[in-house]
Formats: sequence, C-alpha cells, structure tokens
Amino acid sequence: MSESHKELDLLRQKFVGQRVGPYYAWNKVSRTQVWQWCAAMGETNPNYLQKSDAVAPPTMLQSWTFRDVHGNYAPDSTDKNTYEVLGELDSLGYVGSVAVSYDQSYHRYLKEGDHVHSFSTIKDISDLKSTGLGEGCFVTEFAEYFDHDDQLCGDATITYLKYKPQQSSKTNRSETAPLKKVGRISPVENHDSKHFWQGLRDGKLLIQECSECQTKRHPPQPMCETCQSLEWQTIESNCFGTIYSYTAIHYPEIPPFDYPNVIVLVDLDEGVRIAAQLEGTQPEKIEIGDRVQAHIKEVQDGLALPIFKVTAK
Amino acid sequence: MTNMKDKIAIVGIGATEFSKNSGRSEMQLACEAAHSAVKDSGLQGADIDGMATFSMDNNWEIEVHRQIGGQELRFFSRTEFGGGGAIGPFAHAVSAIQSGQCNNVIVYRGMNERSGLRFGSGEIMSMNALNPDMIHFSHYFPTGFMTPASWIAMCARRYMHQYGATSEDFGRITVSLRDFASTNPNAFFYQKPLTLEEHQSSKMIADPLRLFDCCQESDGAVAFVITSLERAKDLPQTPVEIASVRQCALPSSRQVTPFYHQDIAQFPEFDAMADDLYGVAGVQAEDIDFACLYDHFSPSILPQLEAFKFCARGEAKDLVASGHISRGGKMPVNTNGGQIGEAYIHGLNGILEVVRQMRGESPNQIDNTEHALVTAGAGVPTGAAILRKH
Repeated sequence: MSESHKELDLLRQKFVGQRVGPYYAWNKVSRTQVWQWCAAMGETNPNYLQKSDAVAPPTMLQSWTFRDVHGNYAPDSTDKNTYEVLGELDSLGYVGSVAVSYDQSYHRYLKEGDHVHSFSTIKDISDLKSTGLGEGCFVTEFAEYFDHDDQLCGDATITYLKYKPQQSSKTNRSETAPLKKVGRISPVENHDSKHFWQGLRDGKLLIQECSECQTKRHPPQPMCETCQSLEWQTIESNCFGTIYSYTAIHYPEIPPFDYPNVIVLVDLDEGVRIAAQLEGTQPEKIEIGDRVQAHIKEVQDGLALPIFKVTAK
Repeated sequence: MTNMKDKIAIVGIGATEFSKNSGRSEMQLACEAAHSAVKDSGLQGADIDGMATFSMDNNWEIEVHRQIGGQELRFFSRTEFGGGGAIGPFAHAVSAIQSGQCNNVIVYRGMNERSGLRFGSGEIMSMNALNPDMIHFSHYFPTGFMTPASWIAMCARRYMHQYGATSEDFGRITVSLRDFASTNPNAFFYQKPLTLEEHQSSKMIADPLRLFDCCQESDGAVAFVITSLERAKDLPQTPVEIASVRQCALPSSRQVTPFYHQDIAQFPEFDAMADDLYGVAGVQAEDIDFACLYDHFSPSILPQLEAFKFCARGEAKDLVASGHISRGGKMPVNTNGGQIGEAYIHGLNGILEVVRQMRGESPNQIDNTEHALVTAGAGVPTGAAILRKH
C-alpha cells in the first residue's frame, strides 16, 4: 500500500463514523431572520412571509446552527470541531477545497420559536481520485438537525473535494504559458510508404498496384499478398468512392482538430478501402452508401491529405 | 488443430485490487499478483520456470520472475496486439508445458492504464519511426483518428446498418454488465447499476459509441499459474483445464483498425476459431455454461455471440434482449461485470472470474460452471479458449 493510501486510511480510522455535536443555534427561529433571509434571496413566497402560521424556508436548514461572525458556536455547543478532518487533509497537502454536492432532506417545516441543534458525522473519506483539479479525495459529511424536542427536522449530505492543486494541469498550463501550437502527427514515411505521402503533396491519391497480378492494395506494403511479387507501380485514384462506414468523434478533443471530427471508411472506385476525414456534412446526415469525392488538401506544412465531401445521397 | 496431447490447467490465481490510481509501480502490481497466484497454487516461486505476458506489458518477465523467488527461467514469451494478447500467453504456456520446455508458467499483466498512459487519450506511445505501431498508425493518426473507441465505432456502425441494431441494443449489454458489477465488491461500479435511460443519455464518444459503451480505464494486475493436469492433482485448488486454445489472425486482420475485412460488422477471427475450439474441447455451443467475452466496447459482444454459434448472424441483439447473457440467463456473459463494469485489465480479469466461478468463489456465483468460453480482444489479431472444470 502506498504512503498516501496509508495516510488516508489513518484519517478514516480517526474520523469516519464519529458523530459530533450538539451545535446549538444562537437564536430561535424567528420571523425577523426569515424576513432577512427572504429579502437577501429575493424570496417572496407568502408561506414564509405573510401567513399567520408562516414557516421558515426549508433551505435555511443549515443557517440556524451557523457560527457567529467571530467563528464561535452558541453556548453549550460541543468544543469538538467537525471540520478537523479537513484541516488534517490540508496538512497532508490537499489544500484545495471544493464543495461538490449538498443534498438536503426535510422532515418538517421549522416555525417561529423552534430551537434547533445539529450533529455532524463524517461518513466517508474516499480513495485517492484523479480529478481535473488535481489528485484528491472526497469527504462526505452527514448533518442532522433537531428541534428542542429532539425531533429530526431535516438532514443534509455534503460532499467536499480536498485536492492537491495540479502544477501541470491543462488549465494551469494555459493560464501560465501559451500552448505551443500543436500540429497533426506526421506520418512515418519509409521505403514502403513515402510514395503515398509524396503523391498527396503532389496533389494525387496514389494506390499501389502489383506489377505482376495487378491486385491493388492500400495501405501500402512491399509485397503483393496475392502473388508475392515485390514489383509494384502506382495508379492515380479518381478520388470517387462510396462510404462503407463512418464515425463522428466527439471525445477526447485532441488538438488541432475540430469536433465532431468525422472519419469515413471509403470504398474507392478503384477497389481499395481508405480511412480519411469528411467535411461539409453534419454527422447525422451521413449515410452508409453515400457517394463521396476526395480533394487533396495541404493541412499543414509538408502534410497533404485526402478530405472527402458527400457528392450524392 | 489436433487434439491436446497432455491436459493443462490453471491451478493458481492472483490479483491486486482494481482501481483508478494504484499508487504504486506497474512492476509492483505485477509482482504482487504473480506472488499471490503462486501462493494460491500451492507451488513455490522456485517452481516457476515459464513466464508469458502481453507485448504491451511494461514489466520484463525476468524482473517479475526474480522477485517472486524464481530460479531458472526456461520459457518466456509475449503476445502482440493489445487486448488480443489476452489468450496468446495461455496458448504459449500450454505449448511450452506440453513440449516439455518447462513445467509451471505464470501468465501475468500489470498496468497503470488509468493513472499512467491512457489508451483512449490519443497520446502516442512511441514516435520512433521504426516502431511497427507508428508505421501502421501513420495512416490514421494524421486525421485525428486516434482512439480505440473511434476505430471500433466503425464496426459498430456497420453492425447497426446491416442488422438493424440500435444504440439501445448496445445499452442493454452495458446494463447487464453493470448489473453483475453492482454485486461484485471488486468492481469499480459495485453497488452502481445503470439504467438504459442513463446509458442513452450518456455523452457521445465516437458515434455510435456512448460513454457507457466504453470499457473503463483501470490500474491493477492479474496473474495465473499454469501447469499439467497431472501435477495439479497434488495441488490444493480445483484445476481449471484449458480444454482448447488457439490464436487467430487473417490476411485482413490489422492492429485495432479492422477496416479491411470484407465485412467489418464481424470480427471474422472469432468465426475462424469457433469450430476448432469446440472440436478439440469436444463440446458444442449448447454445452457452454457461461462466457467471458472481450468487452472493450459493448457492441463487440454481439458478433462474438454469433461467431461462437449461440445464435444466427444478426440475431445477437435479440439474444441479449431476451436476458440470455444476463443474471439468471441461460449463458451469462462476464459475470464479474466485464471490463465495462469491473475493471479493464486487458481481459485477464474476466478469465480470473471464470476460474472463480469454476471454484465456486464468484461474488455472482452461478450454478452450472462446467464449460466456459473466453475470448481475447475484438478487432485485433486475437485468441480464444474453452475452459473446463475438473
């Protein structure tokens, strides 16, 4: 087990399952506080403001047992700090904090005069996860809110991500240094294939043809698989063909391509199949069997490719 | 393919946990799994004299062998073509033991595929111009056609076109696998079943493949100990016989870009192997109780069901819809949740599950476990085997 796994295991042993509380509300539920909250939030629901039996907005649940502006809990509250685990994660280097989710359930409305207290339990500390923000773990807290008769009024499950901010993440990189312009990967042009890539640079889509048995082949290879001849020539494709299959790639988005990136397998009229990009047709309009034509395009310095367009359905 | 001369069996299994970040090296993972497989088998590290793995594995066989206490290595081999290499090592182990080259072989694979180099990221493994991968992929990478999902999407699209299959048909496979995973504590998706609606609303990766059609990316290692059935009699575990095994590549086969078969809705390597495998094992499709079919992408299950004659061509989607391959079905497929539901350890975690089923140790234990079909990668030069409980 790695060091970081051990550290998290120790934290789990120390914190998970421990129920901490009570934390008392500084004030009983009052119409004044409800009015202030509704005014701040732009809430106009008469159930909270006007009716004689007005209730507090359920989403105020957490606010009743908030600390005061000095960070103190109300008298008689426990001295224990629910969030000690977050501090320990800070000291392990997981200094980043994000609240990931906050799910509340309400068991009854709170109304004027209710005096709330709460308990909090760390339910889970996840394994290490790789996230877009950096490596870290999710901490799940479960909070319970009771009235003065110890009746459960509501509860909340809160998930935090504590993470080590990434030094080299994509976002950081783009903030600190401009991305080097990324080009397409250049093909290997070797003894067997350089004619093909040179042909494209010359504006021609070349297909290998066996000099002995005239079998055509693509992608290029040195020996004819039909008659084993090493002699071959090229013929120039007229660039017409039929879509045999296709895909529209959405993810991952790899520079420098535009997405969705449509790739087609085309049965060229000369009898070989080739994979290439298709432009000018929305993916949902493409059908197997569509007739296509390739234009040879220089896509970057020294690299030309056949790009297909649909010519007829 | 002639009959097996001497019978060969899997007598030990070992695995690490499967995760998204193992926190340790691939070498450590491989050693941990290999060591626990040796312990499980009842043999000693010094008894291991053969090692077989994938060409893509980054852990040299001599390094793993030395660390688990190996002495002399008489046989070592690797199999190419990514997940297509999931069966080759077993085939090589069988041949090596039968021919007397060695006695006890470890098959292993250890990878940090999620926390290390992710196969689906489009990142390039080697820019070396002499590397066969680069020579091959030169015809695809310059267009941005760079991920396994996009390559296999071509096959899935043809399958839909030819047989009227839909994304929902693919989704039903994922739902079945996630159901198995939901009750398998080793699975990433333990206690997380998926609905067809959730599948249908998952984001498009490479049309028609959605996120939940794709296998996971995982860290972990799996290892097996292979020896003769004769020797297995003195060992503690229920032996799982490799009743038949072979590899297959056809002239039209290519490395993960299976575009040059006359019909790419099929993976014809599987069709080519089926009769041999059934014949040598002395069984037929109806004798197969359960299967571990390579599920890098959910639609790839469909042509495999057809190739191995569980249904007629184009009817696999109906077989899936009938529940045939799901929990409680006649021939459950990937009862661990597969690589979509449990973890992606290049196919070996599924073979691990087959052994567990035959030992009666699966978290999703089924009743009939006499014969299982296992396959390696689809859309690559590949292999398959039939395993038999003893």
